[in-house]
Amino acid sequence: MWQFFHKLGSPKWFYDIASRLMPWLLWSGAALFMAGVVWGLAFAPPDYLQGNSYRIIFIHVPSAFLAQSVYMMMAVAAVVTLVWRMKLADVFVKSAAPIGAVLTFLALFTGAVWGKPTWGTWWIWDARLTSMLILLFLYFGAIALGSAISDEKSSARAVAVLVLVGVVNIPIIKYSVEWWNTLHQPATFKLTEKPSMPAEMWVPLLMAVLGLYLLFSWLVCLRMQTEVLVREGRTRWVKELIQPGGNR
Amino acid sequence: MAFESFDAFIAMGGHGPYVWACYFAFFTLSILLIHWSRTQRKAALKRLARRHAGPSNADMEGTDTMATNGKTGADFARVNSSEQ
Repeated sequence: MWQFFHKLGSPKWFYDIASRLMPWLLWSGAALFMAGVVWGLAFAPPDYLQGNSYRIIFIHVPSAFLAQSVYMMMAVAAVVTLVWRMKLADVFVKSAAPIGAVLTFLALFTGAVWGKPTWGTWWIWDARLTSMLILLFLYFGAIALGSAISDEKSSARAVAVLVLVGVVNIPIIKYSVEWWNTLHQPATFKLTEKPSMPAEMWVPLLMAVLGLYLLFSWLVCLRMQTEVLVREGRTRWVKELIQPGGNR
Repeated sequence: MAFESFDAFIAMGGHGPYVWACYFAFFTLSILLIHWSRTQRKAALKRLARRHAGPSNADMEGTDTMATNGKTGADFARVNSSEQ
């Protein structure tokens, strides 16, 4: 177990494993996501209340889902950074933050565009929307703080603390639709219940969510590899990798 | 198919602009993010390749100095060319 943990922290080991996993992550993710989106856009039946505008759900829910889930992963990595000082955990936090920010922005944007025909307004300062906006600012804060401190160790620690403080926001986002009266509808997927929508709607939605998870994993591996290369530029294994014929 | 014609698919029962604006934003931003990440990676690889082709190469060739001097010697040589 500890040997595995130690190996996991080794940048070279990570680089090799990531290189082997990435093609699978990319192609299975792209196939699953595109299948879900095409099914949802063209083949799923229209909603009896919202008509066709509900088809935004097939990108809105995956983005929002990932936005929160990426933040939780970053929080776990932040704990690992603070407790075990594992460098790779900080590499993950730094690489995932821009992806999380883009996903959060997309969740807000698609939500606003969906809100116009459905609620009659682009934006409302209610709990769900406001807490998502705070999540966006948390991502921006993590990115800014990370790039503002040049010392690798202090930067890692500062960002980890910021990410951990921001975790308070996640349960607020999740339960905002139950604690407060809001225009936003309750969660689509719950672990304990069957979805309240027909299978022709939730199956493609689930495919899009899982596909986006895989695509996120691919992109975060790519970004982590870059970060590892930059940080480990002076080591022997990176030199061998750079040489012509090295397996990049 | 949930739609009778291609035009109906584009129109989305009057909600076309909303639906397509969302999908356009999603794919545009995703592609930009992926492109940016790949550019960063290529730039990093290029920078590293140049660094190794540069002054530090002298160190690499002298295998004897590498063995005796170890890491520190190699590091000093590389500091000069690292911030190009």
